[in-house]
Amino acid sequence: MTKQYKAAALISGGLDSMLAARAMQEQGIYVEGLNFFTGFCVEGHTHAIRKKDQAKPKRNNALWVAEQLGIKLHFVDVVEEYKEVLFNPKHGYGANLNPCLDCKIFMVEKALEWIKENDFDFIITGEVIGQRPKSQRKETMPVIARESGAEGLLLRPLCGKNLPATVPEQEGWIEREGLFDFSGRTRKPQMALAKQYGFEEYAQPAGGCCFLTDAPYSVKLADLWKSRGEKEYELDDIMLLKVGRHLRPKPEFKVIISREEGEGKFLQGYKNQYVSLKTTSHAGPLALLDGKISPEDLELAARIVARYSQGRSADQVELEVREKDGTTQTLSVAPMAPHEIQPEWQL
Amino acid sequence: MSNPEDTTVVDARRLLCPMPVIRVQNAVKKLSPGARVEAICTDPGALSDIPAWARINGHKIIQTISRNDEHIITLEVGEK
Repeated sequence: MTKQYKAAALISGGLDSMLAARAMQEQGIYVEGLNFFTGFCVEGHTHAIRKKDQAKPKRNNALWVAEQLGIKLHFVDVVEEYKEVLFNPKHGYGANLNPCLDCKIFMVEKALEWIKENDFDFIITGEVIGQRPKSQRKETMPVIARESGAEGLLLRPLCGKNLPATVPEQEGWIEREGLFDFSGRTRKPQMALAKQYGFEEYAQPAGGCCFLTDAPYSVKLADLWKSRGEKEYELDDIMLLKVGRHLRPKPEFKVIISREEGEGKFLQGYKNQYVSLKTTSHAGPLALLDGKISPEDLELAARIVARYSQGRSADQVELEVREKDGTTQTLSVAPMAPHEIQPEWQL
Repeated sequence: MSNPEDTTVVDARRLLCPMPVIRVQNAVKKLSPGARVEAICTDPGALSDIPAWARINGHKIIQTISRNDEHIITLEVGEK
């Protein structure tokens, strides 16, 4: 009986990994998917916190891809381990705080651990030479294979013909002829292959799948590290960076202000971890205070929050200040005038 | 069919997807076929993601209830 060879596919939810997995299925390989959760992943429903985005489809693209392919998908929580990748990337950052090459090496390394634990034979990714400026270049392909430890067990079906033969090809598990020679940033070959495989719908690339490639997000993360005096974060910290308006009027603290109802509801879930402010005399946002707050700072924060409420033109706005333990006090403040909000406060 | 007392409750409130799915996945790993998991979620994305994850991994959604911005999804563990 012929052995059924098994591959673990890194499934991001985009078209390339979907095609790479299908290409292997076409060669009779049994495929299961892996999706690594770093905490910085961009998901459709992360945006769906906001009311304006609620009409958008709420689906996880990696799960959707797995369902189209008819494969199992395993989420791997790497939030803690990923910190070391982000804090000290051996190959440096990209345009923002994105350590793309180190990230890819890390994920392939984790996939290698997974295939060993689960008795799989090799790893596949949807990488294409020249597709991404930092991590998907001709020179970086062998670096990823070598530094992850995967070596010849890492196969890139979409550009495999442009690379040295891997173990699955050398051992005859798959046919090299069934691989592709895609290269560069053009998406046309992928779209043609998608059509050939009968995939009519797939996620369109929209600025990557990671918040670390996003400039405003990276600014907020860098500010977080600076304010704490070290590169450190918890999952809640990096989730909150995705939500609300962030203003740092003093180095000691920042104010996170909801921009609409959906964000207000989301921030409400953090009321036992942060001091929170809510306008009571007028409709207005919920705000969280992150950092060390003196009584004077509290008034400053309250004036900023009042500025973003319906009472922005009133003489006085009342706010309820809620401590983490649930005790409350009422403050009455004059809303800050627009010119008093310093541009450098806005993160 | 398992007793209600055998149901493992996963509190995934405040967590954004895919964290609720990961919590359910981790709970299911420790359970035998037929056992039940009840996930309490606030991210509406869980309403599509947990059933999708269950479908592709061979588990069965028993019930979904949404009330007061919370979604309670109960699944039965399938053969692994």
